[in-house]
Amino acid sequence: MVTVSTVSGVTVIALDGSIDSNTVPDVQKQVFEGIDGKDKVVIDMKKVSFLSSAGLRMLMLIYRQMKARNGKVVLVSVMEEIVEVMKMTGFINFFVIADNLDAGIKAIG
Amino acid sequence: MDMIDQRIDYYPTHEHEGLKFRKGKPLPFGATMVPNGVNFSVYSSAATSCTLVLFDKGAHAPFAEVPIPEEFRIGNVYCIVVFDLNYELLQYGYRMDGPYDEKAGHRFDKSKILCDPYAKSIGGRNTWLASPNWDDIYPYRALLAFEDFDWECDRPLEVPIEDLVIYEMHVRSFTAHKSANTKYNGTFTAIKEKLPYLKELGVNCVELMPIYEFDEWEGSRKHPQTGEQLVNYWGYSTVGFFAPKAGFAASGKYGMQVDELKTLIKEFHRNGIEIILDVVFNHTAEGDHRGHTISFRGIDNKTYYMLTPDGYYFNFSGTGNTLNCNNPIVRNMVLDCLRYWASEYHIDGFRFDLASILGRDPLGYPLSNPPLLESLAYDPILAKCKLIAEAWDAGGLYQVGSFPAYGRWAEWNGKYRDGVRKFLKSEMGLVGDMSQRIQGSPDLYAFRGPTASINFITCHDGFTLNDMFSYDYKHNEDNGEDNNDGANDNNSWNCGWEGPTDQEAINALRRQQIKNALTILMVSAGVPMLLMGDEMGRTQNGNNNTYCHDSELNWLNWDMLKKNNELFTFARRIINFRHAHPVFRLRYHFQHRDYVGSGYPDISFHGTKAWYCDWSATSRVLAFMLCGRHAKQGTVRDDDIYVAMNMFWEHLDFELPQPPQTMNQERPGAVKKWHVSVNTGMPAPQDISETGKEPALGDQHHFLVGPRSVIVLVGR
Repeated sequence: MVTVSTVSGVTVIALDGSIDSNTVPDVQKQVFEGIDGKDKVVIDMKKVSFLSSAGLRMLMLIYRQMKARNGKVVLVSVMEEIVEVMKMTGFINFFVIADNLDAGIKAIG
Repeated sequence: MDMIDQRIDYYPTHEHEGLKFRKGKPLPFGATMVPNGVNFSVYSSAATSCTLVLFDKGAHAPFAEVPIPEEFRIGNVYCIVVFDLNYELLQYGYRMDGPYDEKAGHRFDKSKILCDPYAKSIGGRNTWLASPNWDDIYPYRALLAFEDFDWECDRPLEVPIEDLVIYEMHVRSFTAHKSANTKYNGTFTAIKEKLPYLKELGVNCVELMPIYEFDEWEGSRKHPQTGEQLVNYWGYSTVGFFAPKAGFAASGKYGMQVDELKTLIKEFHRNGIEIILDVVFNHTAEGDHRGHTISFRGIDNKTYYMLTPDGYYFNFSGTGNTLNCNNPIVRNMVLDCLRYWASEYHIDGFRFDLASILGRDPLGYPLSNPPLLESLAYDPILAKCKLIAEAWDAGGLYQVGSFPAYGRWAEWNGKYRDGVRKFLKSEMGLVGDMSQRIQGSPDLYAFRGPTASINFITCHDGFTLNDMFSYDYKHNEDNGEDNNDGANDNNSWNCGWEGPTDQEAINALRRQQIKNALTILMVSAGVPMLLMGDEMGRTQNGNNNTYCHDSELNWLNWDMLKKNNELFTFARRIINFRHAHPVFRLRYHFQHRDYVGSGYPDISFHGTKAWYCDWSATSRVLAFMLCGRHAKQGTVRDDDIYVAMNMFWEHLDFELPQPPQTMNQERPGAVKKWHVSVNTGMPAPQDISETGKEPALGDQHHFLVGPRSVIVLVGR
């Protein structure tokens, strides 16, 4: 579900599968462990099949954690439908979104 | 269960079919997220037991029914905390047992699953007009709402009410037409896309017609002749007072309508535009004794509704039932509701549909000191919200000018609408009335000030501005009620032909009349309100009661913007003109004297002769001058304004008063001159100038005002 790696000094959190109210508690725990103390984070959503409102709210919590320590977070490879929902509901305003992992790492560097 | 070791007693004490729970807290009412669980609290004065019914989202049958143990009842409140629920997937309702005794006012029925009166979000009508499951045992399902929206620095704008230009809008109508060309037509998101348009027009407040959850299918039927599907389109029929209409949200199908509406409000505020909600607290969607039981009837019929001695429903709303607003429980619900919208949604104000009902006692008698209206006026959380009453009801109470205001309430000024309409169609004997209307109706609001007067000529009820000058009679056949519905006293005039015509003279006169109306509205003291689309000549084909049409009859056709660009330009400029001149935007009434030493009174009346107004019954002429030095009680310096309204059908020569020649420190010795801002008797583009670019008038002493024309001059 969650894979943490480091690419060019940037922490990459790759999410996998459906992020909904059933999976969020576990996913969130792992993500928070992965970003602990890090100030440059890319969330790779290439393999996310579904993101419910609980998933969006988890992203907000990540954003707030990062903001609290002046860190940066970029979302990459976000499904069009998720981007649309983020626009409708205002979540988009808080995130930098890049097309793919390389662009995301560049954006944060 | 990481948190149960905290010093809060949120740990389960009971178990039922695998669900863990404990006694809850009675306040707040509704469903509230608490550590590890949800606190449910519901009031009923006469229920004998209450069962909490829990569903997974969309499931036909509940996954659990938890009879709330009698020892969890505190007074008349059932409260329970249930642990380990899935916040996102949960739908909940109640079964209430109790007496069924119509005469005593009780209609309990434990076979029904009831929606929480405090539900913050409601599922079941998530996509507009999607075919519902008619066999659902629980059609309107209460949901939890997350309250973690990030407002950043947003707060209600608190624009002084006298500085507002209100735009009355139906959420769906604004962008449902394909010409709107928005990504999600007919939604909150689409309105956000159209923000640049509203800014260009210059309105700084949008009043949304009902957005509380309602059922568009309520009372739906086919037109007997045409077969057209007629629906509950306007939505003046509330299912849940705390929940936004999911079908108005593009994200409604994801259950994210709360976030979407908040995003819209935040964006409006960022652009300097307030949001007022049209709220319907006079009745609910449950109808009379033949209606559905959705919530209130089954939870506590006797508390929530005004009942006749036989236990039937009083019908002061014209829709079947009447909410029992001055019952202390219901009064508190209304207060809780508005506080919730003001604090949680940052709503700037409220317009109360058929507000006179809120001043009736439980038997329907009008109260001299209605507790609900007083509570709203003095409420600490609503203190900066605009409170606007539709000061009448369907039971015959008409309180324009006499609505119990407590120094706080403004009113839809129905007398402004009627007076201006009659004057515009050249009726006799209206000059005196008009002199009051343009002053903010001091005859009605002597002690309340002009800010009590919401001035409007058109609103959703009745003709559009275009139709007001295109039809003598209503044409409501499309409503399927043999043209019997809708008002008959429209004070409209078709300008010589009933309905659309190719005759350019008639069309030109109609355009001119629309411009006259917009001008009078924008130069009047009080708070102007425009109806959506009037700025581009929107028509409803003469239908003055389009409550049931989800069709082009209601949808704003944005192609009209091109076709009627002349009107749009005029509207934009006249709105801008009002914003540019504080002398129009009064907080206190004119005093008809000079109190700043300008040599001129704050307002003076004129006619075809300067300083002489013909008040006689046959006069159709009124002119007035505002002294710019008196703007905002003399605290700001504005230009002087002269307005002449000639509703006679011939040209008339108006002798102009000289603009006040006050000491001008920047330009000593300079003589003020009249400049022409508006002349509706001229074709575009000479009908209106851009603010600040008005050409000086050649003859400073006379003006030949055309038939049925309004001129506005600026003295500087």
